[in-house]
Amino acid sequence: MTSSSILATSQVAKRFGSVVALRSVDLTVGRGEVHALLGANGAGKSTLVKILSGVLQADEGQITLHGRNLRLRNPAEAQEAGLATVFQDPALIPDLTVSENFRLTDVSEQEVVEWLERMQMSGVDFDQQIRDLPLPTLRLIDLARALTREPAILMLDEITAALPADQAEQVFGVMDEWRDKGRSVLFITHRLGEVMRMCDRATVLRDGRNVATFVPREMGEAGLVEAMLGEAAQGPTTVQTAVAKGPVALETRQLRSGDRLKGVSLELHAGEVLGIAALEGQGQDRLFALLAGDRPPDSGEILVAGDPLLAQSPYDAVRRGMVLIPSDRLQALLPQRSIRENLATPLYRRVGQWWGLAADEDDRVRSAIDRLSIDTRAGRQAGRLSGGNQQKVVVGRWLAAGFRVLLCFDPTRGIDVRTKQQIYELLRELAAGGAAVLLYTSELAEIPLVCDRVLVLYDGQVVGRQAAHEATEESLLTAAHGLSSEDVA
Amino acid sequence: MTDALLGPEPTGRPTWGMWVSDHPQLVLGSVLVLLVVVTGIIEPRYLTFSGLRNTVLLAAPLGIMAGAQTILMLTGGIDLSVGMIATAAAYVAANQSPSGAAIAITAGLLVGVAAGTVNGIGVGLFRVNPLIMTLAMSAILLGLFTALSFTVLQGSTTVGRLISTLGGGSFLGNRIPYNALVWGGVSLLVIYGLRRTGLGRLLYAVGDNPTAVRLAGVRLWQVHLAAYAIAGLLAALAGILLAGRTGAVDLQLGVNFVLPSVAAAVIGGTSIFGGIGTYSGTIFGALILGVLATMMTFLDAGQAIQQIVYGSILLGLAWLYARVTSSS
Repeated sequence: MTSSSILATSQVAKRFGSVVALRSVDLTVGRGEVHALLGANGAGKSTLVKILSGVLQADEGQITLHGRNLRLRNPAEAQEAGLATVFQDPALIPDLTVSENFRLTDVSEQEVVEWLERMQMSGVDFDQQIRDLPLPTLRLIDLARALTREPAILMLDEITAALPADQAEQVFGVMDEWRDKGRSVLFITHRLGEVMRMCDRATVLRDGRNVATFVPREMGEAGLVEAMLGEAAQGPTTVQTAVAKGPVALETRQLRSGDRLKGVSLELHAGEVLGIAALEGQGQDRLFALLAGDRPPDSGEILVAGDPLLAQSPYDAVRRGMVLIPSDRLQALLPQRSIRENLATPLYRRVGQWWGLAADEDDRVRSAIDRLSIDTRAGRQAGRLSGGNQQKVVVGRWLAAGFRVLLCFDPTRGIDVRTKQQIYELLRELAAGGAAVLLYTSELAEIPLVCDRVLVLYDGQVVGRQAAHEATEESLLTAAHGLSSEDVA
Repeated sequence: MTDALLGPEPTGRPTWGMWVSDHPQLVLGSVLVLLVVVTGIIEPRYLTFSGLRNTVLLAAPLGIMAGAQTILMLTGGIDLSVGMIATAAAYVAANQSPSGAAIAITAGLLVGVAAGTVNGIGVGLFRVNPLIMTLAMSAILLGLFTALSFTVLQGSTTVGRLISTLGGGSFLGNRIPYNALVWGGVSLLVIYGLRRTGLGRLLYAVGDNPTAVRLAGVRLWQVHLAAYAIAGLLAALAGILLAGRTGAVDLQLGVNFVLPSVAAAVIGGTSIFGGIGTYSGTIFGALILGVLATMMTFLDAGQAIQQIVYGSILLGLAWLYARVTSSS
């Protein structure tokens, strides 16, 4: 690209205690450019964005903006300088309403509404508490808020993770608009299709260094993956195999809950991975909450291995071997504790297990770490691990404890190709070992790769059932919009 | 694009804060030795067995009460009723002393467990904020025992010989106080319990992220209940030792220990937000406060000055820990 440079970093380095997050990064973002920042989990992408947002301060190196040296001591200075960021986790206070959050950050509600409407998001109730709004809505609110500041550089840290396809399109529209205005976007994503389609240039980070900068369209997807992983690798491959079905491990009969679920019946066999495909907000959150024992259904039945489950709390579901990997990994992580303590927590769920440590704790923890190849270098505090490694820890605690039915809610959100592939393979391996897996994923392309069958959920009802190997992204998307029902299968 | 390209790690200077956070016990130990030396300079007689013995004698009940506080702070809770629980236990133990030491001690400890259990039910089952719950418990106990001291508990307000010896006596030629032995035993149990039992793991885990613990299939109320009951037991034990040291009980016996018990835990590096801390740190915290109290006595500083010093030290350390944790 011939565009002149607007933002540049030179030899930026950052370490956390003994863990080096960034060794030395040189990044140049041009004017009127959508620039992708790529890299495997733990490569340092989020750290770099936090430094450019003033949240963290670099230990070494320089940042220049418009050719001038820039020292960012706090987020306010970054905003002042024209750098606005939408973080992986929405920067909104959960206990306050949307309006209160805006007042706190001195943002005009009217302008946010205008931006939201342009992104086809009208009708958000600003008097609702942040905690009651779904994550995709929060992401777009956060984006709209950043846009009202008219930043010269918009930084989007995995904004499309967990966004359904239609809302991701709206974000792409904004990115195009920013380029057309002669401004710039720094875009972090793990979805290579988005990079090929949206980005003018891409910089790849690996182990805290920039290892390549190029034009994605000239490089091809395979080239991107190779640059990120530092080795020849192929994209996600099918891991789904036909396995002899075991007995029914989980059955629901006409589950109803408020206006979210309107009679959902499903059967999940041991040895099977059952996919749930749905656009955002079709009742999948509630379905998983009921199954995990987080709340009781209004009516209907849940049967685990043939016996009804009447859950007061997750304790009852876990006791019967039905365990949850939640959408937000931070809900299942002990950030200040070690990897070992994280993995071993479910081993002490009954009072009878409180009096000592499990004799096989070592073996269980070790085998979970090995099986998931968890990087234990920052093992003293799970919060210091990269996102992908945190996700592995969250999965790992159930490997250590054992289970019958695994409920996975969007387990590959915001993690890199290699880790994704590991998780796909793991899910298949678990199924082959006799476990039953229920998988909701916001990435429809994953379903044919991993699942045996898929149910399409629309408006709280099952509107389609397909064999996964016959399903395509289009057929699922059509069904997920409620456009056709049984005829898709 | 080989790994050789990645080169050495940046030479980020290891900061003072990093060193402190990696070696908390060493730093606390140094502070303690420094304070002992300074006190020795102020009053040379302090650097003898009997001088140091007095500090331990002072610190032991505080250290045990601070153990209760540490356990609860790890879960993200706090216990403002430790002082009144200690007083109540001492009262009951004194009252039962005519029936023999064993019965007296057991009765006292049971009072502590009962009060702690009620705290735990409030916090764990009814989700009452720990500050409110234990503040209320403290007020209720004060009222209850004020009333009882005129009626049911009218009898003995002095403790028997065994309790006096345990709380105030020494052995090996008046060198080592018995209450230090009790404290040592309690310390071993608490340290072992926190490090090497499932409950210990859960206490840290609940303070770090209760949602994650709940999703792991743990019933949180059980953990809270256990934590507050154990805290009640420790507070009661501290109260009985205190009564043994003073020889007689009154309703003011434990009240002045509430803030120092929190302070000892905080000085020892326990986070009031839960999930981080060790009892060995708290032991140092209690000893440091014990030496400080002795130093104040030698300097002839009144209660007012002591309180100001406590407050300043707490603030300073809170500031230091905040700096250390945010920079690492």
